[in-house]
Amino acid sequence: MRKHYKTTVLVLGAVLLVSAVVSLCVGRYSMNPADAISALFSTISGAEPADPTMNTVLFVIRLPRVLAAMMVGAALSLSGAVYQGVFKNPLVSPDLLGVSSGACLGAALAILMGAGIVATQVWAFVGGILAVLITVLIPKLLRNSSNMMLVLSGIITGGFMSSFLSVLKFVAKEDTQLEEIVFWQMGSLNGVNNAQVVTVGPIFIICIVVLLLLAWRINILSFGEDEARTLGVNVKLIRGITIACASLLTASCVSISGTIGWVGLVIPHLGRMLVGADNTKLMPTTMLLGAAFMLIIDTIARAGTSLEIPLGVLTGLIGAPFYAWLLYKQKAKVQ
Amino acid sequence: MKIEIKNLGFSYPDGRQIFSNIDFTIEPGRVISILGPNGAGKTTLMSCIANLLKPTEGGILIDGVPTDKLTPREIAKHIGFVPQTIIPSFSFSVLEYVVTGCAPHLGTFERPKQEHYDIAMQAIKDMGIEYLSEKSYSAISGGERQQVSIARALAQHPSIILLDEPTAHLDYGNQIKVLRTAKRLSEEGYGVVFTTHNPDHVLLLDDQIAVLNRQGKLVFGTCDEIIDEEFLCNLYGTDLRLMDIEEIHRRICVSPRI
Repeated sequence: MRKHYKTTVLVLGAVLLVSAVVSLCVGRYSMNPADAISALFSTISGAEPADPTMNTVLFVIRLPRVLAAMMVGAALSLSGAVYQGVFKNPLVSPDLLGVSSGACLGAALAILMGAGIVATQVWAFVGGILAVLITVLIPKLLRNSSNMMLVLSGIITGGFMSSFLSVLKFVAKEDTQLEEIVFWQMGSLNGVNNAQVVTVGPIFIICIVVLLLLAWRINILSFGEDEARTLGVNVKLIRGITIACASLLTASCVSISGTIGWVGLVIPHLGRMLVGADNTKLMPTTMLLGAAFMLIIDTIARAGTSLEIPLGVLTGLIGAPFYAWLLYKQKAKVQ
Repeated sequence: MKIEIKNLGFSYPDGRQIFSNIDFTIEPGRVISILGPNGAGKTTLMSCIANLLKPTEGGILIDGVPTDKLTPREIAKHIGFVPQTIIPSFSFSVLEYVVTGCAPHLGTFERPKQEHYDIAMQAIKDMGIEYLSEKSYSAISGGERQQVSIARALAQHPSIILLDEPTAHLDYGNQIKVLRTAKRLSEEGYGVVFTTHNPDHVLLLDDQIAVLNRQGKLVFGTCDEIIDEEFLCNLYGTDLRLMDIEEIHRRICVSPRI
């Protein structure tokens, strides 16, 4: 397994790079990869653009979208791997503690109040984080700090948020607000701009660095609380930090892309098939895989058809059968 | 290095007392077998020593320092714990699993380096299971898993190794193997504590024993001092015989009939 790791990372890195270049070039305004790359480099070095239209498409529309797709894909997959490790359950997704439903509720509230895009995103982020806080608070009130209690609490919070969201959908104006809420729920990277990417950038980087630093400790957490404790791990602290980082990452993703399912569940599985369960290798692998997967799907979503298919719909259509195939491939190991 | 159990007691929050006034000392180079009927609190006692449960009375001293003044990491440097085997949800390789034994010696943000993998590999060799090192921990047999867990405790470089019912779920051959390992570890200078349901295991090891009865009282001493027929019959509430077999130069514990 250890020998495969470097090759896997190199191959995935190359795939990601090629996908990024292809994604920058295809679309309604298609361009030659060589031109696109030279435009990228000349702009970075401060030269005047040779073709202003191409530069606008490249830097204002495509680049933020490509970056956002890679960030969202990497972050959702990483959060999924972290949640699965911490909750010792390979069937867990980043939605477990109610982040997504909380974010949707926040966004829906903002839409009903007639807020703009930026405010809606802020509300989504706040809603996601609030949902996780509520989920974490319930076991504290019940004085039971077990994983099971946290999972049940997540179900309660998620269920409540979803029901509340249904109420909002019921009272929303049918052809404007309702449509917007539904579109949000389906997830899309349409209209992502540079400012959004730059705003969530620091959160992404900090959370990813912290999680990568704790990757090996997450291995130990995945053996169970008692084992981790007898190995001298401060279980509450490490679990708290990792859940906080993974939740922040997920909430940031939802705030720029809406809810996108399946990625956080499926990609870590694929990663484990490639490099094994050790999180020090799994996490970088799963981030590269997630980034490439999301980028390819998003490129298909915007360039493959004349009308843009919502991203969350495509990840489901591709992710669910893909998950079935993964389970079939490793059926010997799943109990 | 010694670990003193001082006036230890444990009660559940509802007031139900499991045991009280327990005193004994775990010394390097000795094996302590903890014996007792179901429900007497053997696992609870082990969990208290392993710092998994907080005792409600008394305490545990590591070289004179009470464990509640130590961090989990400091305790883990002295006490290795081999749990009743649980299969992890993910398929780690045996080497990846064993190297986690180095955790107490690494900083929170640190990862194992080559030297730690070397320590883990040495522990695997000490257990004679090199052939398992690349296999998946979830795909090996129960007996093998037990050995891997012990290897991980060795990689932890503790002074004392606790084994919670290491012979449960093992076939007879593997049970004897675990006892042999316990004896070997004590000869190498580790203090070894393990719980068992089989009085014959205690006779085979012939070292110290701690017996926890249904009333939550503990009797501590050497096997010779404590074990006789009457004692065993009372402990297990059934008719048992202690017989001296000349051919093997030891006493055995058997049930005369059912």
